[in-house]
Amino acid sequence: MNFFANLGPHANFILAAYGVTALTLGALIVWVSLDYRAQRKIIRDLESRKSKP
Amino acid sequence: MNALSAIVIRDLRVALRAGGGAGIGVIFFLTLVVIVPFAVGPDMPLLTRIGPAILWIGALLASLLGLGRIFSSDHEDGSLDQLLLCSVPLELIAAAKGLAHWLATGLPLVIVTPLLGLMLGVEPTVLGTVALTLLAGTPGVTFLGLVAAALSAAMPRGGLLSAVLVLPMSIPLLIFGVVSTHAAIADGAMAAPFRFLIAISLFFLVLGPVAAAAALRHVRD
Amino acid sequence: MPLIDLANPHRFQRLAAVLIPLFGALAAALIGIGLVMGFRAPPDYQQGEMVKVMYIHVPFAWLSLAAYTLMAIAALGTIVWRHPLADVAGKAAAQVGAAFCFLCLVTGSLWGRPTWGTYWVWDPRLTSVLVLFLLYLGVLSLWRAFDDPNRAGRAAAILALVGFINVPIVKFSVDWWNSIHQPASVSRFGTPTIDPSMLYPLLISAAGFFALFAALHLAAMRNELLRRRARTLRILKAAEVEA
Repeated sequence: MNFFANLGPHANFILAAYGVTALTLGALIVWVSLDYRAQRKIIRDLESRKSKP
Repeated sequence: MNALSAIVIRDLRVALRAGGGAGIGVIFFLTLVVIVPFAVGPDMPLLTRIGPAILWIGALLASLLGLGRIFSSDHEDGSLDQLLLCSVPLELIAAAKGLAHWLATGLPLVIVTPLLGLMLGVEPTVLGTVALTLLAGTPGVTFLGLVAAALSAAMPRGGLLSAVLVLPMSIPLLIFGVVSTHAAIADGAMAAPFRFLIAISLFFLVLGPVAAAAALRHVRD
Repeated sequence: MPLIDLANPHRFQRLAAVLIPLFGALAAALIGIGLVMGFRAPPDYQQGEMVKVMYIHVPFAWLSLAAYTLMAIAALGTIVWRHPLADVAGKAAAQVGAAFCFLCLVTGSLWGRPTWGTYWVWDPRLTSVLVLFLLYLGVLSLWRAFDDPNRAGRAAAILALVGFINVPIVKFSVDWWNSIHQPASVSRFGTPTIDPSMLYPLLISAAGFFALFAALHLAAMRNELLRRRARTLRILKAAEVEA
């Protein structure tokens, strides 16, 4: 509690700036890792299909 | 030199014949200027104040209008491949095509600017100045647009994209064009910003064809 | 290891598998230390507590420029040296750099509201970053306009180089424009003499965000390589079916 009270009269703006940053960077990290999994899966599927005939 | 003037004359004839679309830029410019008072109200002092800026924005947008055509029609009918085989450097060919495009679309904008300026209540003494800044600035816009035109030549729908690519980079021309006009209105001295306008325009005159030629070489095929 | 060896996708994958977690951990540690130090530092005598936004905003501004520079170097790699990984690096730099540029604008705007009394001021620095953001968007939309990644890469490389040449011109003209339209009374932050109690946390968190950028950039490159491999496999598959 003390921590937030120390941020002065404009605490909202400071927290908003950090919040947007955390959200955007979090989304970027999630996108990169989900994309990685998706592409790996596509390649696995394609390669397993190729060996059939 | 002969080959280059042949390209300029050919492109001009293509632009001026029916379906070439050289006149549309001027009509678009006129329409933009007519639209503005409906948006901001027929407030003559306000229009006088923002008049040079409106003329510049209008001319900027109008010169972006036909950019897609510079290389794409030549790409479609195969004449671009012929030009690539030509012994003349591709940079000069790109510059010749840019010059033809400016003569067909940019120069008419400069010519009608004084007329449209009158409708926006720009002082008659300033009209010449606005037209002069456009005369110095629009070649820069066209040659910057040459890069986007070359990049979008091989794309099915390059039209809107080239405007998006060119507009941010033409901000320096817009700034110095409008600033030198305002400087001329304020104290009749526009030398410094006008020189920067010319310098930036000349720089784009060189950068544009070089980058456009690189784009034509690397992106097509 | 010569740079050309990285063109081997397997070698790059192996290197990325080591470097991504390494840079990620480094980023987490440095950003954590920097921000804790920053939040413990005394408030600025002018900015008050708002100076705490500086620890993220300033690194984002640096990263926006650094990522664009990286993109331009990668563009040279594509056009001049024809390094096979260069356009992959360029695309990843555009994607991650655009995100940091966006964050620079948003944090700057949130900083501006209490400082200037409005969310947006046509301050020369914010305006230049905004134009930079537009240039990023142009490169990204050019990437999306082509089906063939190789052609998209060369097109985006030329645009990135032209844009990079333009950045100083834009900066110069925006500064000029600002000096004409606004008196110098607009409050400026980022004074050249910064107290060590704020400088060290700033530098540490900036190093952390650069490490985060490196991790994200490598991860995005790895994804792009996989995407291209999938595309090639799909084309081969289609050719097989036809035959």
